[in-house]
Amino acid sequence: MSASAITPLPSSFLDALRSVFPPGRLLAEAAHLAAYESDGLTAFAVMPRAVVIPETQDEVIAAVQACAAHGVPFVARGSGTSLSGGSVPVERGIVIALNRLNKILRLDAAQRLCVVEPGVVNLQVTRAAMEYGLIYAPDPSSQQICTIGGNVAFNAGGAHCLKYGMTSNHVIGMKCVLATGEVVALGSESMEAAGPDVTGLFTGSEGLFGIALEITLRLIPRVECYHTVMASYASTEAAGDAVAAVVASGLLPGAMEIMDRLAMDAAEAAVHAGYPPQAAAMLIVELEGPRDQVAVEREQLSAIISTSGAQTAHVARNDDERLKIWKGRKSAFSAVGRLSPDFIVQDGVVPRRRLGEALRGIAEIAKRHALRIANVFHAGDGNLHPLIMYDGRDPGAYERAEEAAAEILRLCTGMGGSITGEHGVGMEKKAFLPDMFAPADIAMMHRIRQAFDPQEIANPGKMFPDAEAPALRQHGLHPLEAAGVLSRE
Amino acid sequence: MVRPTTIKDVCEAVREHSCVLPCGGGTKPALSATAEGVTRLELGGLRGIIEYEPDEYTFTALAGTPLAEVQAALAMHGQYLPFDPPLAAAGATLGGTVAAGLSGPGRLRYGGVRDFVIGVRWVDGTGELIRGGGKVVKNAAGFDFPKLFCGSLGRLGVMADLSFKVFPSPTARVTAAIECSSTGDAVDRLNFLAGQSWEAEALEFCGVDKPVLYARFMGDEPALTPRVEAVLAAVQRPGRILSSGEADAYWKECAALAGEPLVKVPLTPGRIPSLEYELAGTQGSRRYSMAGNVAYLSGIDPATLHPVLRARQLPGLTLRGGGPLRPGFISSALMEAKVKASMDPHGKFPPLLSEPYNPAPSA
Repeated sequence: MSASAITPLPSSFLDALRSVFPPGRLLAEAAHLAAYESDGLTAFAVMPRAVVIPETQDEVIAAVQACAAHGVPFVARGSGTSLSGGSVPVERGIVIALNRLNKILRLDAAQRLCVVEPGVVNLQVTRAAMEYGLIYAPDPSSQQICTIGGNVAFNAGGAHCLKYGMTSNHVIGMKCVLATGEVVALGSESMEAAGPDVTGLFTGSEGLFGIALEITLRLIPRVECYHTVMASYASTEAAGDAVAAVVASGLLPGAMEIMDRLAMDAAEAAVHAGYPPQAAAMLIVELEGPRDQVAVEREQLSAIISTSGAQTAHVARNDDERLKIWKGRKSAFSAVGRLSPDFIVQDGVVPRRRLGEALRGIAEIAKRHALRIANVFHAGDGNLHPLIMYDGRDPGAYERAEEAAAEILRLCTGMGGSITGEHGVGMEKKAFLPDMFAPADIAMMHRIRQAFDPQEIANPGKMFPDAEAPALRQHGLHPLEAAGVLSRE
Repeated sequence: MVRPTTIKDVCEAVREHSCVLPCGGGTKPALSATAEGVTRLELGGLRGIIEYEPDEYTFTALAGTPLAEVQAALAMHGQYLPFDPPLAAAGATLGGTVAAGLSGPGRLRYGGVRDFVIGVRWVDGTGELIRGGGKVVKNAAGFDFPKLFCGSLGRLGVMADLSFKVFPSPTARVTAAIECSSTGDAVDRLNFLAGQSWEAEALEFCGVDKPVLYARFMGDEPALTPRVEAVLAAVQRPGRILSSGEADAYWKECAALAGEPLVKVPLTPGRIPSLEYELAGTQGSRRYSMAGNVAYLSGIDPATLHPVLRARQLPGLTLRGGGPLRPGFISSALMEAKVKASMDPHGKFPPLLSEPYNPAPSA
């Protein structure tokens, strides 16, 4: 983008921001803004016109009110790990960076809840809760860096959704500033409610309603015992069939993940997780619960795995081994950067019984477009994460990768699945929303968005198919990803 | 009164009448009580499971399908509704349960009705059929209308069908009864039990001088009973494991939600002692369920109860009996007002808030 394309913000608006933010927390120089132009979906980059860095909730409210008064769009941003372009800036707007609102306001161990500001990092919640024998269940792969505010906006998932659900299943109350500048309460500190679940509606609204200022999270007792099995298979379909067998047996594991050869190679190169060197696919199944219950279930699981055609089966002998397995899994996506200069992470969902069929379809799509596609997925949920590799420097390569991604999403919706399991629609998949929803459904979404954001200034350009034109493309890893700080799931 | 038997009938009924209120099994009569000028839409004829994929652990059913029918179909495949909905034996429907936002004691383990509903199709105020969510267990596309309809009280639209995820049933359940010395002691022991890795499925007690805490656990034998014995040892109060007959009778009684008037009050365990202090000595009964996250208050005179709820800023939902549908404090009132205005701009369904949040400028 050229500097000439950037027209200045209204001076009255800038004055309003200056009255709240000191110069160090109101950025308007291109050199400073560059750090905010992209997120985890590196294919898009847009320079915002300004960035504000509030340190208090009142400052966030003041920034939103200034935007509302002047009709200036804003994009709230945590750590910028969105994989759907959810926090890509708007060219004519500002970014409200929330990382400094990073206080855990209250941790009530007896009642098992925690009230946090949006900039608190996901893993910090569990770290704080562990002292009391509690955890925060949602565990997106980027949990070392992603923030609760972003998790709420995009209803983040993770490997352990099978049993405990996604972010929205753990958020029970909020205080938010709507795009109108009004401050509202949602839900309460109780798990139960006595009216429509507006907390559930706000969670996963992709920043289109406003900004969460305080979030009340439910904590659960730490898991007493884990039993993690890593089994290798001659094909991804065989691993998929094993997942179906585990599900059919009535077991409810905490997590079931599959990685194919390409994904394992990438993870091995990155973290030496000890994955089976010869197998075409690997299945990770993790049982969790009270020790005595896990002891019963591990026998059942062992019987299923041994008749599932597994080539090898390895049980993690201790916490170190278990963590290594997960570290490899959680780093798989950024590790693919070692195999390819660029890649697109997809996030489709298919009915679980059709996993094998979906994988065959993806392999055909890869072949047709002469692309390499690695597969890492939350098999227990039917949540596929194909990684489409390309070299952005080759003319036409990005277009082919994008076309392959589109075909994969259509494959998922054609099977009655979804275009996104946990990354959100964002900028990346907005063209596909009509594949899942009829015009009347989307019109209803517009209506409800209008209720909270009549000027359409909160994260515009995301989710809705008719939203603004996509941004420019970028090549290569996100700088944080290259540094090994950020990872994609 | 209108009795549609197809979704098309529902669409027509909504178009033809000026104001409609859906009603399922009528087990929460306060929710479906119609004011003058409101047409009651009896949805009992809109029943049946449309799709059930046992391998997939998901099903879709018409909104008027009785819970009991769903539970029987799931049980054939060793599956169940983990949110443990109440009033199934009395004839409650899937749609009525979602509209009321009701879950049962077992909600403690895996979550409530909001956590298991994954898709909804509803008829809006213009008679159009709208869909939100989907049919797969994990889905982040579009706004989460399925959750919004939990607790919508039939006032945001008429649910036509609903999709849910379900879980495998445990093979065994064991309930322990633990004697506590006071309300404060019961709350303390309840928090202790809920905070441990034993994974209690249900934890509740009734408001009396010396409450008995009922703790239900699930899993597989032979591991389960020893685990509950360990719980009894750790809790340091007199207690025993109930026979299966005793346990069944107790939980059946809980699921029946008896009494009139009956008010559901979401709260946190820490607020129970002060509420008990205010209500002790009144007629009626007070049951604290889901590890102290909800109170079911029955047989208490609204003239006594409602001022207490307002003063303590507690919300309430009247399920049975007269008086306001939502006595007490509504924390999300502004959000609800905005939702209602956008989804039902012409007031085709009764008001969600008994009084407008922002009184309209006087004409």
